[in-house]
Amino acid sequence: MIQALAFYLFAAIVVASAVMVILSRNPVHSVLWLILAFFNAAGLMVIVGAEFIAMLLVIVYVGAVAVLFLFVVMMLDIDFAAMRAGLVKNFPLGIAMALILLAELGLALGVYGAGGLELGDAAANDAAQNLGESNIEAIGRLLYGRYILLFEIAGIILLVAMIGAIVLTHRAPKPGARGRQDIGKQISRRPDEATVMKRPTIGEGVEL
Amino acid sequence: MTDFFQSFGLPYEAAWTVATIAGILLIALPLMLAVAMVIYVDRKVLGAVMLRRGPNVVGPFGLLQSFADGLKVFLQETIIPSAANKGIFLLAPIITFTVALAAWAVIPFDAGVVLADINVGLLYILAISSLGVYGVVMSGWASNSKYPFFSAMRAAAQMISYEVSIGFILVCVVLWAGTFNMSGIVEAQRGHGLGIVNGFFFNPLMFPMFVVFFISALAETARAPFDLTEAESELVAGYQTEYSSMSFALFWLGEYANILLMCSLCTLLFVGGWLPPVEWAPLYYVPGIVWFLLKTFGFFLVFSWIWATVPRYRYDQLMRLGWKVFLPMSLLFVAAISGYLMATGHFG
Repeated sequence: MIQALAFYLFAAIVVASAVMVILSRNPVHSVLWLILAFFNAAGLMVIVGAEFIAMLLVIVYVGAVAVLFLFVVMMLDIDFAAMRAGLVKNFPLGIAMALILLAELGLALGVYGAGGLELGDAAANDAAQNLGESNIEAIGRLLYGRYILLFEIAGIILLVAMIGAIVLTHRAPKPGARGRQDIGKQISRRPDEATVMKRPTIGEGVEL
Repeated sequence: MTDFFQSFGLPYEAAWTVATIAGILLIALPLMLAVAMVIYVDRKVLGAVMLRRGPNVVGPFGLLQSFADGLKVFLQETIIPSAANKGIFLLAPIITFTVALAAWAVIPFDAGVVLADINVGLLYILAISSLGVYGVVMSGWASNSKYPFFSAMRAAAQMISYEVSIGFILVCVVLWAGTFNMSGIVEAQRGHGLGIVNGFFFNPLMFPMFVVFFISALAETARAPFDLTEAESELVAGYQTEYSSMSFALFWLGEYANILLMCSLCTLLFVGGWLPPVEWAPLYYVPGIVWFLLKTFGFFLVFSWIWATVPRYRYDQLMRLGWKVFLPMSLLFVAAISGYLMATGHFG
């Protein structure tokens, strides 16, 4: 009873906020609606008992990805007139993509109705549930056991992407350029080597 | 507590609902009281360090100062700037405040005294605390004013940077405790040092992680020396500049509730939560909640001590500390600790 109520509440909010992402005029509002949608999707995950996935959804998407999203969108200077002018030009493309998505959704529902794919090892799944394993242990067993190769490959790809991003934005300092800080040098400076105490006599000034 | 309400003849679901609401109130109301007292302590400590008296007029020793301030703020007019984005402007303090309260759901105050004893308690806290940045970012943007906007930009970058190293430190704790459940983490610290000392704090591999965690907690709650989001010498009052009356008070309460949360996290993750520091007879008979509150308060005193002592960081120094010092360091310790645990056969 409570579960059903919670499900319909979360599901309704997800759908409504997803609609609002598209409908809102202000891009910052769109991102905030998107965050609400992520958050409620995490709520749905909790209801089906996948609390680990739910928490990861919030930590990764809401806590990191969406913050950067918001960060960028907030700094954009958007010309709304220009955006609406592009609407007519992009309309056919948008319709085509929407149709493809709709067709895929229908296909997925059809396959689901026909019994669906047998994914993974059903016996192992049952065994894990009988053991009373927590989500985290079950996912860990799969990621670091059966799918270790795929997991490692995904990790390597991410690492390469990260190094690529760093290389693209990194600029080597010009030789002899001023204004670069050597933090170690700054920190290891002591008062007695940075300052000089003088006792000036009146009318004569100081020679440094 | 559900059993208690069931004994009045309520059906299970009704009893559960009543018990949960009672539990929420039992946490939220004392928390608000604690926040009021802690603000007083903060000002008193700051005064003592600066050789002033601090608040000393309202009530005995000025104890009621925070309540007087609360009343004053409550009676003030809420001013909304005409150029502000009204909905988000009003939503931002509410989000800050709610998020600061929500994280307390999984904090165990004593053995078994916890509102939601969930398996992923630590991840829940990480998830909720990562939401805290939205209050700041939204208020900064919605104010439609330059200084709050700068503050919001700073807050977004700062909180993301330090959350990464906090995440790795939590991985170290989880590796050693073998669970994400908060109560389980505390129990794993029982007799951790030589069989009698409780807490990961006394572990030579974990102690550097504790120091990094504490400093990251300062940065995460935007306390001095990392209070760049409300640096009064540069940004007026940062993201709070355009706020007045209750909407300002909500930021204030949320901020201190977050500070208390970080103090209690230090307590739970590193110094053994409700366990006495050492398993000796007289210490053992003190109720667990007393230990928990004492330790949390101790950490809060360190927070205000640091506030009174240390000058503010420069922004590039802050970023450097987060990404170039803490992140590699905590990564190294994750590797070292998991290596040590594998080598000693900790997991059997």
